[in-house]
Amino acid sequence: MDYLFYLRKDKLPHIWCEGCGNGIVLKSLLRAIHSIGWDKDKIAVVSGIGCSSRTPGYLDFNTLHTTHGRAIAFATGLKLARPDLNVIVITGDGDATAIGGNHFIHAARRNIDLTVLVYNNYIYGMTGGQVSPTTPYGKYTTTSPYGNPEHPFDISGLAVAAGASFVARATTYHFAKLDKYIKLALQKKGFSVVEVLTPCPTSYGRKNKEGRGVDMLFLQKEIAIPLEKAKKLGARELEDKIVIGIFQDIEKEEYTQMYNRLREKIKSNH
Amino acid sequence: MAGRTLMMHGNSACAEGAILAGCRFFAGYPITPSSEIAEYLSARLPAMGGTFIQMEDEIASIGAVIGASIGGVKAMTATSGPGFSLMQENIGFAAMAEIPCVVVNVQRGGPSTGLPTLPSQMDVMQSRWGAHGEHPIIVLTPSSASETLFLTIRAFNLAEKYRTPVILLTDEITAHLTEKVTIPEPESIQIIDREKPTVPPEEYLPYQMVESDIPPMANFGEGYRYHITGLAHDETGFPTNDSVKIDEQLRRLNRKIERYHDEIVELDTYWHEDMEIAVVCYGAPFRSALNAVRRARKDGTKAGILKLKTIWPFPDKELRELLQDVEKIVVPELNLGQVAFLLKCIAGDSAPIRKVNKINGEPITPDEIFEAIKEER
Repeated sequence: MDYLFYLRKDKLPHIWCEGCGNGIVLKSLLRAIHSIGWDKDKIAVVSGIGCSSRTPGYLDFNTLHTTHGRAIAFATGLKLARPDLNVIVITGDGDATAIGGNHFIHAARRNIDLTVLVYNNYIYGMTGGQVSPTTPYGKYTTTSPYGNPEHPFDISGLAVAAGASFVARATTYHFAKLDKYIKLALQKKGFSVVEVLTPCPTSYGRKNKEGRGVDMLFLQKEIAIPLEKAKKLGARELEDKIVIGIFQDIEKEEYTQMYNRLREKIKSNH
Repeated sequence: MAGRTLMMHGNSACAEGAILAGCRFFAGYPITPSSEIAEYLSARLPAMGGTFIQMEDEIASIGAVIGASIGGVKAMTATSGPGFSLMQENIGFAAMAEIPCVVVNVQRGGPSTGLPTLPSQMDVMQSRWGAHGEHPIIVLTPSSASETLFLTIRAFNLAEKYRTPVILLTDEITAHLTEKVTIPEPESIQIIDREKPTVPPEEYLPYQMVESDIPPMANFGEGYRYHITGLAHDETGFPTNDSVKIDEQLRRLNRKIERYHDEIVELDTYWHEDMEIAVVCYGAPFRSALNAVRRARKDGTKAGILKLKTIWPFPDKELRELLQDVEKIVVPELNLGQVAFLLKCIAGDSAPIRKVNKINGEPITPDEIFEAIKEER
């Protein structure tokens, strides 16, 4: 496929650091969109603030770069106003689960037809590598100089509990799985989440001695465990591991459809 | 004007005005004393093919409103003080990205949780400067249920015309007072819709330095595939660090409201031709002022009223002109003198300003204004 067809060529090169995994996610998203064959005019990509949220600027779709944490709120209004658009939200671990956590869980509860791609790099990269809600316990960042004293969120688990219809986690190493999950998420009528673990060698890798971008990719390979296998393992065996796979894939009435049904019902009662 | 005449309160009138203006999207979060607007629209909007959604908080509400407007649907939210504080960042986004939307703030006493549900006018300055950064804003202040209806329509028209957020700054008295409202026939009112681009998509510049300073706006999904950001951007809509372009865009952004001051500003005058004492007011205190000035006139005191319907941009040159020969200015406000402060900047020492202020949740009575008018200097 021709990636450039979907990219704003004059906006490249991108701003991401050497070894950053965000470009891998971007290309995976484009492959998924290409294989579905959506019209570029009918795609809207909405983001918040952070490294991940710079993605839409490079994409030749209708793109909206909002305020920190609020992408899902903006996307909710856009989707309700224009149900004909395929609305994709691109966000990060801090954007989606710290400042925007409330919008994330409530959009999942409503089951509104948005696809949310969460780039989880365990850190606030753009502001210089501060601790985030997904930084593992004990890890080092510029604001956890003695090791993170807090426990991290399980983003996929949160999305499942909040009512999302599709939830999957992959890593930038497992790009074929990532392609598949993103495509399934895009095609799902309902709130779908793909959590992607993506390396930040500049901040997280350096502070935690995980090496360069490539080393961090191999680390993803090493510690990832497929969901099927993980089910057979105990808590101790899963310590410091990442479980990847599809955590939720259910049929459930979608919000804009439900709302439209409500409109029809009111009309027929009058 | 033909139309249905009924008894309704300011909040219902606001909702009716929004519908007449073409609003088909409302996102909000419950807060007293604004909740009736949400309740009313939750029943009306879906019945007309529109959308009502109760969001998880006020930040989400204004975010959804901006998103809907980008999709081409006229959108509004309504709140009160604490919610208005939460909305400020995204109001700034709407100003920066030039997205039309209407935000209703039914003022209650503050600061903080303050006085639910008692009136105030404490958010005059916040409505102008609540969001950070140099940004334009339009703020309208109704003083009756009927005026709330017409100013809500006007709020949408101004938002669409100037590509800006517009604040309808009402108060608990105006919002909850039930009185006669004549709902106009839709054909009798002027509706303004945003100007859309006519150029082919490849030539479209969403923030073009056009002569009017108001570039046409494409809705998402209509073939223009452009970029919207709250970052400083150039004509293309993409972020820039070019100081010349940043300067050019930010000056245009602010100029687009300043230069249309005369079209945006509305104020009503009562007995102003020969007035020696001017009562300058807005919102609920106008109602007491009207009674007080009538009585003063009966006593032979040459008092008049200047009622502000647009409070931002501040009607400075209009007031300077109207106040040049007065001997005293009486300013009743449900705050400690936010408009009085602005009048001081305009009138200087030419005429003394007699403030009449209440911040305890009680309305200003006609007697209090009457006494201020009659008071010997």
